Amino acid sequence: MASSVEAAVADAHRREWAFVLAATVRVTGDIDLAEECVQDAYARALTSWPNSGVPAKPGAWLTTVARRRAIDLKRRGSTHDRSMSLLVRTTAKDPDEMEIDVEANGGEVADDRLRLIFTCCHPAIAPEAQVALTLRLLCGLTTVEVARAFLVNETAMAARITRAKKKIAAAHVPYRVPSVEELPARVDAVLTVVHLMFATGHTAPAGADLIRRDLVERALDLGRMLHALLPDDPDVTGLLALILLTDARRPARVDGRGHLVLLADQDRSDWDHSVIGEGVTLVRDALKRRPPGRFALMAAIAAVHAEAPSWNATDWREIVGLYDLLLAIWPSPVVALNRAVAIGFADGPEAGLTALDALATEPVLAAYSYLASSRADFLRRLGRVAEARLAYQEALMLSENAVERDFLEDCLLRLDG
Amino acid sequence: MAEYLVLIYEDETSWDNVEPEMLGKILAEHQAFGEHHAKVIRGGNALQPTSTATSVREESSGSYTVTDGAFAETKEALGGYYLIEAADLDEALAVARDVPAPFGGVEVRPIRTFD
Repeated sequence: MASSVEAAVADAHRREWAFVLAATVRVTGDIDLAEECVQDAYARALTSWPNSGVPAKPGAWLTTVARRRAIDLKRRGSTHDRSMSLLVRTTAKDPDEMEIDVEANGGEVADDRLRLIFTCCHPAIAPEAQVALTLRLLCGLTTVEVARAFLVNETAMAARITRAKKKIAAAHVPYRVPSVEELPARVDAVLTVVHLMFATGHTAPAGADLIRRDLVERALDLGRMLHALLPDDPDVTGLLALILLTDARRPARVDGRGHLVLLADQDRSDWDHSVIGEGVTLVRDALKRRPPGRFALMAAIAAVHAEAPSWNATDWREIVGLYDLLLAIWPSPVVALNRAVAIGFADGPEAGLTALDALATEPVLAAYSYLASSRADFLRRLGRVAEARLAYQEALMLSENAVERDFLEDCLLRLDG
Repeated sequence: MAEYLVLIYEDETSWDNVEPEMLGKILAEHQAFGEHHAKVIRGGNALQPTSTATSVREESSGSYTVTDGAFAETKEALGGYYLIEAADLDEALAVARDVPAPFGGVEVRPIRTFD
Protein backbone atom coordinates (compact mmCIF):
# COMPACT_ATOMS: atom_id res chain seq x y z
CA MET A 1 0.00 0.00 0.00
CA ALA A 2 2.69 2.46 1.07
CA SER A 3 4.68 1.85 -2.09
CA SER A 4 1.65 2.29 -4.36
CA VAL A 5 0.90 5.62 -2.67
CA GLU A 6 4.53 6.63 -3.13
CA ALA A 7 4.26 5.71 -6.79
CA ALA A 8 1.04 7.74 -7.11
CA VAL A 9 2.70 10.76 -5.48
CA ALA A 10 5.77 10.39 -7.72
CA ASP A 11 3.49 10.14 -10.75
CA ALA A 12 1.55 13.25 -9.67
CA HIS A 13 4.87 15.01 -9.17
CA ARG A 14 5.91 14.23 -12.72
CA ARG A 15 2.55 14.97 -14.34
CA GLU A 16 1.02 17.69 -12.24
CA TRP A 17 3.86 19.76 -10.78
CA ALA A 18 3.60 22.59 -13.33
CA PHE A 19 -0.20 22.66 -13.07
CA VAL A 20 -0.15 22.83 -9.25
CA LEU A 21 2.68 25.36 -9.01
CA ALA A 22 1.29 27.65 -11.72
CA ALA A 23 -2.13 27.67 -10.06
CA THR A 24 -0.55 28.40 -6.68
CA VAL A 25 1.62 31.27 -7.97
CA ARG A 26 -1.64 33.00 -8.87
CA VAL A 27 -2.61 32.98 -5.18
CA THR A 28 0.78 33.81 -3.69
CA GLY A 29 2.06 36.19 -6.33
CA ASP A 30 5.46 34.91 -5.28
CA ILE A 31 7.39 32.02 -6.80
CA ASP A 32 9.35 31.05 -3.67
CA LEU A 33 6.30 30.96 -1.43
CA ALA A 34 4.34 29.01 -4.06
CA GLU A 35 7.15 26.44 -4.32
CA GLU A 36 7.11 26.02 -0.53
CA CYS A 37 3.35 25.50 -0.44
CA VAL A 38 3.43 23.02 -3.33
CA GLN A 39 6.21 21.04 -1.68
CA ASP A 40 4.10 20.98 1.49
CA ALA A 41 1.12 19.71 -0.50
CA TYR A 42 3.13 16.81 -1.95
CA ALA A 43 4.44 15.98 1.54
CA ARG A 44 0.86 16.04 2.81
CA ALA A 45 -0.21 13.66 0.02
CA LEU A 46 2.34 11.13 1.27
CA THR A 47 0.73 11.10 4.73
CA SER A 48 -2.94 11.44 3.83
CA TRP A 49 -3.34 9.32 0.70
CA PRO A 50 -2.56 6.03 2.54
CA ASN A 51 -5.72 6.68 4.66
CA SER A 52 -8.00 8.54 2.28
CA GLY A 53 -6.97 6.76 -0.88
CA VAL A 54 -5.44 8.38 -3.96
CA PRO A 55 -7.88 11.09 -5.12
CA ALA A 56 -9.50 10.78 -8.54
CA LYS A 57 -7.87 14.03 -9.62
CA PRO A 58 -4.54 14.27 -7.81
CA GLY A 59 -3.67 17.60 -9.45
CA ALA A 60 -6.86 19.25 -8.23
CA TRP A 61 -6.33 17.82 -4.72
CA LEU A 62 -2.74 19.05 -4.58
CA THR A 63 -3.68 22.50 -5.92
CA THR A 64 -6.44 22.91 -3.36
CA VAL A 65 -4.09 21.92 -0.51
CA ALA A 66 -1.25 24.13 -1.77
CA ARG A 67 -3.55 27.11 -2.28
CA ARG A 68 -5.16 26.66 1.14
CA ARG A 69 -1.72 26.61 2.71
CA ALA A 70 -0.80 29.78 0.82
CA ILE A 71 -4.00 31.49 1.95
CA ASP A 72 -3.35 30.43 5.57
CA LEU A 73 0.14 31.84 5.47
CA LYS A 74 -1.12 35.08 3.95
CA ARG A 75 -3.88 35.43 6.55
CA ARG A 76 -1.47 34.87 9.40
CA GLY A 77 0.78 37.44 7.84
CA SER A 78 3.60 35.04 8.54
CA THR A 79 4.94 35.56 5.07
CA HIS A 80 6.20 38.99 6.29
CA ASP A 81 6.82 41.47 3.59
CA ARG A 82 8.26 39.65 0.66
CA SER A 83 7.93 42.64 -1.60
CA MET A 84 11.36 41.90 -3.08
CA SER A 85 10.16 38.60 -4.44
CA LEU A 86 6.62 39.57 -5.36
CA LEU A 87 5.80 38.38 -8.82
CA VAL A 88 2.18 39.10 -9.56
CA ARG A 89 1.17 42.41 -8.09
CA THR A 90 -1.86 42.80 -10.27
CA THR A 91 -3.55 39.56 -9.26
CA ALA A 92 -2.99 39.87 -5.50
CA LYS A 93 -6.64 39.66 -4.44
CA ASP A 94 -8.28 39.32 -1.07
CA PRO A 95 -7.42 35.84 0.23
CA ASP A 96 -11.11 35.18 0.95
CA GLU A 97 -11.86 35.30 -2.76
CA MET A 98 -9.14 32.80 -3.45
CA GLU A 99 -11.01 29.64 -2.39
CA ILE A 100 -11.33 28.80 -6.05
CA ASP A 101 -12.87 25.60 -7.26
CA VAL A 102 -9.90 24.31 -9.20
CA GLU A 103 -11.93 22.18 -11.57
CA ALA A 104 -14.32 24.98 -12.49
CA ASN A 105 -11.27 27.01 -13.42
CA GLY A 106 -9.60 24.42 -15.58
CA GLY A 107 -9.13 26.83 -18.49
CA GLU A 108 -7.61 29.53 -16.37
CA VAL A 109 -5.29 27.05 -14.72
CA ALA A 110 -4.12 25.78 -18.11
CA ASP A 111 -3.23 29.35 -18.98
CA ASP A 112 -1.31 29.61 -15.74
CA ARG A 113 1.16 26.97 -16.91
CA LEU A 114 1.71 28.98 -20.08
CA ARG A 115 2.20 32.13 -18.01
CA LEU A 116 4.77 30.33 -15.90
CA ILE A 117 6.76 29.01 -18.86
CA PHE A 118 6.70 32.40 -20.61
CA THR A 119 8.08 33.93 -17.42
CA CYS A 120 10.84 31.31 -17.15
CA CYS A 121 11.80 31.76 -20.83
CA HIS A 122 11.61 35.55 -20.91
CA PRO A 123 14.39 37.02 -23.10
CA ALA A 124 15.43 39.23 -20.16
CA ILE A 125 16.63 36.06 -18.35
CA ALA A 126 20.03 34.62 -19.36
CA PRO A 127 19.58 31.56 -21.65
CA GLU A 128 21.23 29.06 -19.29
CA ALA A 129 19.04 30.36 -16.46
CA GLN A 130 15.93 30.00 -18.65
CA VAL A 131 16.60 26.28 -19.00
CA ALA A 132 17.38 25.89 -15.31
CA LEU A 133 14.25 27.77 -14.21
CA THR A 134 12.07 25.78 -16.60
CA LEU A 135 13.37 22.48 -15.23
CA ARG A 136 12.93 23.71 -11.71
CA LEU A 137 9.52 25.39 -11.94
CA LEU A 138 7.78 23.52 -14.77
CA CYS A 139 9.28 20.07 -14.24
CA GLY A 140 9.71 20.23 -10.46
CA LEU A 141 13.37 19.18 -10.49
CA THR A 142 15.36 20.10 -7.39
CA THR A 143 18.35 22.40 -7.75
CA VAL A 144 20.61 19.38 -7.19
CA GLU A 145 18.91 17.52 -10.06
CA VAL A 146 19.15 20.52 -12.38
CA ALA A 147 22.84 20.90 -11.52
CA ARG A 148 23.44 17.21 -12.21
CA ALA A 149 21.60 17.38 -15.53
CA PHE A 150 23.94 20.10 -16.78
CA LEU A 151 27.04 18.84 -14.94
CA VAL A 152 27.34 22.17 -13.18
CA ASN A 153 28.24 22.27 -9.51
CA GLU A 154 25.34 22.66 -7.16
CA THR A 155 26.40 25.97 -5.62
CA ALA A 156 26.79 27.56 -9.04
CA MET A 157 23.38 26.26 -10.15
CA ALA A 158 21.70 27.47 -6.94
CA ALA A 159 23.25 30.91 -7.47
CA ARG A 160 22.08 30.95 -11.10
CA ILE A 161 18.49 30.07 -10.13
CA THR A 162 18.40 32.53 -7.23
CA ARG A 163 19.74 35.34 -9.39
CA ALA A 164 17.11 34.66 -12.08
CA LYS A 165 14.28 34.57 -9.53
CA LYS A 166 15.49 37.84 -8.01
CA LYS A 167 15.54 39.45 -11.42
CA ILE A 168 12.02 38.22 -12.18
CA ALA A 169 10.82 39.87 -8.99
CA ALA A 170 12.93 43.05 -9.02
CA ALA A 171 12.45 43.87 -12.70
CA HIS A 172 8.79 42.71 -12.70
CA VAL A 173 9.18 40.18 -15.48
CA PRO A 174 5.48 39.69 -16.24
CA TYR A 175 3.49 36.54 -15.40
CA ARG A 176 1.25 36.47 -18.42
CA VAL A 177 0.79 35.09 -21.89
CA PRO A 178 2.33 37.62 -24.32
CA SER A 179 0.19 39.68 -26.66
CA VAL A 180 -0.58 38.43 -30.16
CA GLU A 181 2.17 40.60 -31.74
CA GLU A 182 4.82 39.38 -29.31
CA LEU A 183 3.64 35.77 -29.26
CA PRO A 184 5.63 34.25 -32.17
CA ALA A 185 9.00 35.50 -30.87
CA ARG A 186 8.17 34.51 -27.31
CA VAL A 187 6.93 31.04 -28.30
CA ASP A 188 10.18 30.64 -30.23
CA ALA A 189 12.14 31.44 -27.04
CA VAL A 190 10.20 28.77 -25.14
CA LEU A 191 10.71 26.21 -27.92
CA THR A 192 14.44 27.01 -28.00
CA VAL A 193 14.66 26.18 -24.30
CA VAL A 194 12.75 22.91 -24.70
CA HIS A 195 14.82 21.97 -27.76
CA LEU A 196 18.08 22.72 -25.92
CA MET A 197 16.88 20.57 -23.03
CA PHE A 198 16.12 17.74 -25.44
CA ALA A 199 19.38 18.10 -27.41
CA THR A 200 21.42 18.12 -24.19
CA GLY A 201 19.66 14.94 -23.09
CA HIS A 202 19.76 13.22 -26.49
CA THR A 203 23.55 13.42 -26.74
CA ALA A 204 24.98 14.61 -23.45
CA PRO A 205 27.89 16.99 -24.17
CA ALA A 206 29.90 15.36 -21.38
CA GLY A 207 29.70 12.60 -18.80
CA ALA A 208 29.49 8.82 -18.64
CA ASP A 209 26.16 8.30 -20.43
CA LEU A 210 25.34 9.09 -24.04
CA ILE A 211 21.72 9.86 -23.22
CA ARG A 212 20.36 11.79 -20.23
CA ARG A 213 16.96 10.15 -20.00
CA ASP A 214 15.77 12.60 -17.35
CA LEU A 215 16.30 15.58 -19.69
CA VAL A 216 14.86 13.80 -22.74
CA GLU A 217 11.71 12.81 -20.90
CA ARG A 218 11.21 16.24 -19.32
CA ALA A 219 11.60 17.85 -22.74
CA LEU A 220 9.04 15.41 -24.13
CA ASP A 221 6.63 16.21 -21.27
CA LEU A 222 7.02 19.94 -21.95
CA GLY A 223 6.61 19.40 -25.71
CA ARG A 224 3.35 17.55 -25.06
CA MET A 225 2.16 20.16 -22.59
CA LEU A 226 2.85 23.01 -25.04
CA HIS A 227 1.14 21.13 -27.85
CA ALA A 228 -1.92 20.58 -25.64
CA LEU A 229 -1.99 24.29 -24.73
CA LEU A 230 -1.15 25.71 -28.20
CA PRO A 231 -2.47 23.01 -30.57
CA ASP A 232 -2.66 25.34 -33.59
CA ASP A 233 0.93 26.59 -33.46
CA PRO A 234 2.89 24.80 -36.22
CA ASP A 235 6.26 25.45 -34.52
CA VAL A 236 5.02 23.83 -31.32
CA THR A 237 3.69 20.88 -33.35
CA GLY A 238 7.00 20.70 -35.24
CA LEU A 239 9.08 20.57 -32.07
CA LEU A 240 6.95 17.81 -30.55
CA ALA A 241 7.25 15.85 -33.81
CA LEU A 242 11.03 16.37 -33.83
CA ILE A 243 11.38 15.13 -30.25
CA LEU A 244 9.19 12.06 -30.88
CA LEU A 245 10.86 11.10 -34.17
CA THR A 246 14.38 11.50 -32.78
CA ASP A 247 13.66 9.84 -29.47
CA ALA A 248 11.94 6.89 -31.15
CA ARG A 249 15.45 5.70 -32.07
CA ARG A 250 16.63 5.71 -28.44
CA PRO A 251 16.42 1.90 -27.87
CA ALA A 252 18.78 1.29 -30.82
CA ARG A 253 21.35 4.04 -30.21
CA VAL A 254 23.37 2.19 -27.57
CA ASP A 255 24.11 -1.54 -27.68
CA GLY A 256 23.96 -4.01 -24.78
CA ARG A 257 27.43 -3.02 -23.63
CA GLY A 258 26.61 0.69 -23.60
CA HIS A 259 28.45 1.35 -26.87
CA LEU A 260 27.35 3.95 -29.38
CA VAL A 261 25.62 2.57 -32.49
CA LEU A 262 25.52 4.94 -35.47
CA LEU A 263 22.28 5.55 -37.35
CA ALA A 264 23.73 3.53 -40.25
CA ASP A 265 24.19 0.45 -38.07
CA GLN A 266 21.09 0.64 -35.88
CA ASP A 267 18.64 -2.25 -35.78
CA ARG A 268 15.57 -0.42 -37.07
CA SER A 269 13.21 -3.03 -35.63
CA ASP A 270 14.27 -1.68 -32.20
CA TRP A 271 12.88 1.75 -33.04
CA ASP A 272 9.58 2.62 -31.41
CA HIS A 273 7.30 2.52 -34.44
CA SER A 274 4.16 3.69 -32.65
CA VAL A 275 6.06 6.83 -31.56
CA ILE A 276 7.27 7.26 -35.15
CA GLY A 277 3.65 7.02 -36.36
CA GLU A 278 2.61 9.74 -33.92
CA GLY A 279 5.56 11.92 -34.98
CA VAL A 280 4.86 11.51 -38.70
CA THR A 281 1.22 12.58 -38.25
CA LEU A 282 2.35 15.66 -36.33
CA VAL A 283 5.05 16.60 -38.85
CA ARG A 284 2.52 16.50 -41.72
CA ASP A 285 0.38 18.90 -39.75
CA ALA A 286 3.33 21.20 -38.96
CA LEU A 287 4.42 21.31 -42.62
CA LYS A 288 1.04 22.68 -43.74
CA ARG A 289 2.15 26.21 -42.93
CA ARG A 290 4.15 27.82 -45.76
CA PRO A 291 7.00 28.40 -45.48
CA PRO A 292 7.57 25.71 -42.86
CA GLY A 293 9.37 26.68 -39.64
CA ARG A 294 12.72 25.33 -38.46
CA PHE A 295 11.36 22.70 -36.10
CA ALA A 296 8.94 21.40 -38.75
CA LEU A 297 11.86 21.06 -41.19
CA MET A 298 14.09 19.37 -38.63
CA ALA A 299 11.22 17.00 -37.83
CA ALA A 300 10.71 16.33 -41.55
CA ILE A 301 14.39 15.30 -41.81
CA ALA A 302 13.99 13.01 -38.80
CA ALA A 303 10.85 11.58 -40.45
CA VAL A 304 12.73 10.71 -43.66
CA HIS A 305 15.22 8.72 -41.54
CA ALA A 306 12.46 7.18 -39.43
CA GLU A 307 10.52 5.96 -42.46
CA ALA A 308 13.53 4.62 -44.39
CA PRO A 309 13.55 0.80 -44.25
CA SER A 310 17.36 0.79 -44.13
CA TRP A 311 20.36 3.13 -44.16
CA ASN A 312 21.03 2.37 -47.82
CA ALA A 313 17.41 2.98 -48.78
CA THR A 314 17.46 6.46 -47.18
CA ASP A 315 16.33 9.25 -49.51
CA TRP A 316 19.44 11.44 -49.16
CA ARG A 317 18.34 13.79 -51.96
CA GLU A 318 15.20 14.57 -49.98
CA ILE A 319 17.30 15.11 -46.85
CA VAL A 320 19.73 17.48 -48.62
CA GLY A 321 16.73 19.39 -50.04
CA LEU A 322 15.21 19.76 -46.57
CA TYR A 323 18.57 20.96 -45.19
CA ASP A 324 18.72 23.56 -47.99
CA LEU A 325 15.32 24.90 -46.88
CA LEU A 326 16.38 24.80 -43.24
CA LEU A 327 19.65 26.60 -43.91
CA ALA A 328 17.75 29.36 -45.74
CA ILE A 329 15.59 30.18 -42.70
CA TRP A 330 18.02 29.11 -39.97
CA PRO A 331 21.59 29.71 -41.16
CA SER A 332 23.36 27.98 -38.29
CA PRO A 333 26.83 26.42 -38.71
CA VAL A 334 25.58 23.18 -37.15
CA VAL A 335 22.82 22.94 -39.78
CA ALA A 336 25.44 23.61 -42.48
CA LEU A 337 27.54 20.77 -41.03
CA ASN A 338 24.62 18.34 -41.10
CA ARG A 339 23.84 19.37 -44.67
CA ALA A 340 27.47 18.73 -45.68
CA VAL A 341 27.30 15.25 -44.16
CA ALA A 342 24.04 14.53 -46.03
CA ILE A 343 25.74 15.62 -49.29
CA GLY A 344 28.43 13.04 -48.55
CA PHE A 345 25.80 10.31 -48.52
CA ALA A 346 23.84 11.68 -51.49
CA ASP A 347 26.83 12.36 -53.77
CA GLY A 348 29.67 10.32 -52.28
CA PRO A 349 32.46 10.94 -49.74
CA GLU A 350 34.49 13.21 -52.06
CA ALA A 351 31.57 15.66 -52.38
CA GLY A 352 30.92 15.38 -48.65
CA LEU A 353 34.53 16.20 -47.85
CA THR A 354 34.45 19.27 -50.12
CA ALA A 355 31.28 20.47 -48.40
CA LEU A 356 32.81 19.88 -44.94
CA ASP A 357 36.08 21.62 -45.82
CA ALA A 358 34.11 24.72 -46.82
CA LEU A 359 33.10 24.94 -43.14
CA ALA A 360 36.62 24.50 -41.74
CA THR A 361 37.02 28.17 -40.84
CA GLU A 362 33.65 28.42 -39.08
CA PRO A 363 34.59 29.48 -35.51
CA VAL A 364 31.48 27.92 -33.94
CA LEU A 365 32.44 24.51 -35.35
CA ALA A 366 36.11 24.71 -34.34
CA ALA A 367 35.40 23.11 -30.96
CA TYR A 368 32.70 20.76 -32.28
CA SER A 369 33.79 17.13 -32.44
CA TYR A 370 31.27 16.21 -35.18
CA LEU A 371 33.10 18.23 -37.85
CA ALA A 372 36.30 16.27 -37.20
CA SER A 373 34.57 12.90 -36.83
CA SER A 374 32.53 13.42 -40.03
CA ARG A 375 35.72 14.35 -41.95
CA ALA A 376 37.40 11.27 -40.51
CA ASP A 377 34.56 9.06 -41.73
CA PHE A 378 34.66 10.43 -45.30
CA LEU A 379 38.48 10.22 -45.40
CA ARG A 380 38.28 6.60 -44.25
CA ARG A 381 35.78 5.81 -46.99
CA LEU A 382 38.16 7.36 -49.51
CA GLY A 383 41.03 5.21 -48.19
CA ARG A 384 43.00 8.24 -46.98
CA VAL A 385 43.94 6.46 -43.75
CA ALA A 386 46.65 8.79 -42.42
CA GLU A 387 44.39 11.85 -42.74
CA ALA A 388 41.45 9.91 -41.27
CA ARG A 389 43.61 9.00 -38.25
CA LEU A 390 44.46 12.67 -37.61
CA ALA A 391 40.81 13.67 -37.92
CA TYR A 392 39.66 10.94 -35.49
CA GLN A 393 42.35 12.08 -33.05
CA GLU A 394 41.12 15.66 -33.37
CA ALA A 395 37.54 14.52 -32.69
CA LEU A 396 38.74 12.64 -29.61
CA MET A 397 40.37 15.77 -28.27
CA LEU A 398 37.10 17.66 -28.64
CA SER A 399 34.61 15.13 -27.24
CA GLU A 400 33.96 14.95 -23.52
CA ASN A 401 31.28 12.29 -23.65
CA ALA A 402 32.63 8.90 -22.52
CA VAL A 403 30.43 6.84 -24.88
CA GLU A 404 31.41 8.97 -27.87
CA ARG A 405 35.08 8.79 -26.90
CA ASP A 406 34.92 4.98 -26.73
CA PHE A 407 33.35 4.95 -30.16
CA LEU A 408 36.05 7.20 -31.63
CA GLU A 409 38.84 5.14 -30.06
CA ASP A 410 37.25 2.06 -31.57
CA CYS A 411 37.23 3.74 -35.01
CA LEU A 412 40.94 4.49 -34.63
CA LEU A 413 41.70 0.87 -33.73
CA ARG A 414 39.73 -0.44 -36.70
CA LEU A 415 41.55 2.00 -38.98
CA ASP A 416 44.83 0.31 -38.12
CA GLY A 417 43.41 -3.20 -38.10
CA MET B 1 3.30 50.56 -10.97
CA ALA B 2 7.07 50.24 -11.01
CA GLU B 3 9.71 52.69 -12.14
CA TYR B 4 12.61 52.01 -14.45
CA LEU B 5 15.63 54.05 -15.42
CA VAL B 6 16.37 53.79 -19.13
CA LEU B 7 20.10 54.51 -19.51
CA ILE B 8 21.31 55.62 -22.91
CA TYR B 9 24.77 54.25 -23.73
CA GLU B 10 26.36 55.55 -26.90
CA ASP B 11 29.70 55.88 -28.63
CA GLU B 12 30.92 59.35 -27.59
CA THR B 13 33.22 59.80 -30.58
CA SER B 14 30.18 59.53 -32.86
CA TRP B 15 28.55 62.32 -30.89
CA ASP B 16 31.70 64.46 -31.15
CA ASN B 17 31.61 64.22 -34.94
CA VAL B 18 27.87 64.52 -35.48
CA GLU B 19 26.75 66.80 -38.35
CA PRO B 20 24.36 69.63 -37.44
CA GLU B 21 21.52 68.17 -39.55
CA MET B 22 21.93 64.80 -37.83
CA LEU B 23 21.99 66.47 -34.42
CA GLY B 24 18.78 68.29 -35.27
CA LYS B 25 17.19 65.04 -36.39
CA ILE B 26 18.16 63.21 -33.16
CA LEU B 27 16.88 66.03 -30.97
CA ALA B 28 13.61 66.01 -32.91
CA GLU B 29 13.37 62.24 -32.31
CA HIS B 30 13.80 62.77 -28.57
CA GLN B 31 11.15 65.48 -28.71
CA ALA B 32 8.77 63.09 -30.49
CA PHE B 33 9.60 60.27 -28.06
CA GLY B 34 8.89 62.61 -25.13
CA GLU B 35 5.53 63.61 -26.54
CA HIS B 36 4.51 60.08 -27.50
CA HIS B 37 5.31 58.64 -24.07
CA ALA B 38 4.54 61.75 -22.00
CA LYS B 39 2.17 59.78 -19.75
CA VAL B 40 4.87 57.43 -18.47
CA ILE B 41 7.98 59.64 -18.50
CA ARG B 42 8.88 60.85 -15.01
CA GLY B 43 12.11 62.61 -15.94
CA GLY B 44 15.11 62.54 -18.17
CA ASN B 45 18.24 64.42 -19.21
CA ALA B 46 21.11 64.39 -21.62
CA LEU B 47 24.56 64.40 -20.03
CA GLN B 48 27.75 66.24 -21.00
CA PRO B 49 30.40 63.79 -22.26
CA THR B 50 32.59 61.75 -19.91
CA SER B 51 35.47 64.14 -20.66
CA THR B 52 33.67 66.53 -18.31
CA ALA B 53 33.21 63.89 -15.59
CA THR B 54 34.86 64.03 -12.18
CA SER B 55 35.03 60.97 -9.94
CA VAL B 56 35.03 61.18 -6.17
CA ARG B 57 35.96 58.26 -3.94
CA GLU B 58 36.21 57.97 -0.20
CA GLU B 59 39.48 56.35 0.84
CA SER B 60 39.84 53.96 3.78
CA SER B 61 41.62 56.79 5.63
CA GLY B 62 38.40 58.80 5.44
CA SER B 63 39.80 61.35 3.03
CA TYR B 64 38.46 61.85 -0.48
CA THR B 65 40.27 61.57 -3.76
CA VAL B 66 38.97 63.54 -6.66
CA THR B 67 40.03 62.43 -10.14
CA ASP B 68 39.35 63.59 -13.66
CA GLY B 69 37.20 61.24 -15.74
CA ALA B 70 34.47 58.64 -15.43
CA PHE B 71 34.50 55.55 -13.16
CA ALA B 72 35.07 53.21 -16.04
CA GLU B 73 36.44 54.07 -19.47
CA THR B 74 34.28 52.29 -22.02
CA LYS B 75 33.64 52.82 -25.71
CA GLU B 76 29.95 53.30 -25.07
CA ALA B 77 29.32 55.67 -22.20
CA LEU B 78 26.26 56.84 -20.30
CA GLY B 79 25.06 59.88 -22.23
CA GLY B 80 21.54 60.41 -20.95
CA TYR B 81 18.58 58.80 -19.27
CA TYR B 82 14.82 58.67 -18.92
CA LEU B 83 12.95 57.76 -15.76
CA ILE B 84 9.76 55.95 -16.75
CA GLU B 85 6.82 54.28 -15.08
CA ALA B 86 5.54 50.88 -16.26
CA ALA B 87 3.40 48.02 -14.96
CA ASP B 88 6.04 45.41 -15.75
CA LEU B 89 9.26 44.78 -17.64
CA ASP B 90 7.51 44.14 -20.97
CA GLU B 91 5.85 47.56 -20.82
CA ALA B 92 9.15 49.16 -19.87
CA LEU B 93 10.95 47.41 -22.75
CA ALA B 94 8.26 48.57 -25.18
CA VAL B 95 8.99 52.20 -24.18
CA ALA B 96 12.77 51.59 -24.14
CA ARG B 97 12.65 50.36 -27.73
CA ASP B 98 11.43 53.82 -28.78
CA VAL B 99 14.26 55.74 -27.10
CA PRO B 100 16.47 57.26 -29.83
CA ALA B 101 20.03 55.91 -29.44
CA PRO B 102 21.58 55.96 -32.93
CA PHE B 103 25.16 55.44 -31.67
CA GLY B 104 24.53 52.65 -29.19
CA GLY B 105 21.61 51.33 -27.20
CA VAL B 106 19.79 51.54 -23.90
CA GLU B 107 19.92 49.61 -20.64
CA VAL B 108 16.76 49.22 -18.56
CA ARG B 109 17.19 49.10 -14.79
CA PRO B 110 14.34 48.68 -12.31
CA ILE B 111 14.27 51.34 -9.60
CA ARG B 112 14.85 49.81 -6.19
CA THR B 113 12.56 50.82 -3.39
CA PHE B 114 13.19 50.42 0.33
CA ASP B 115 10.20 50.07 2.60
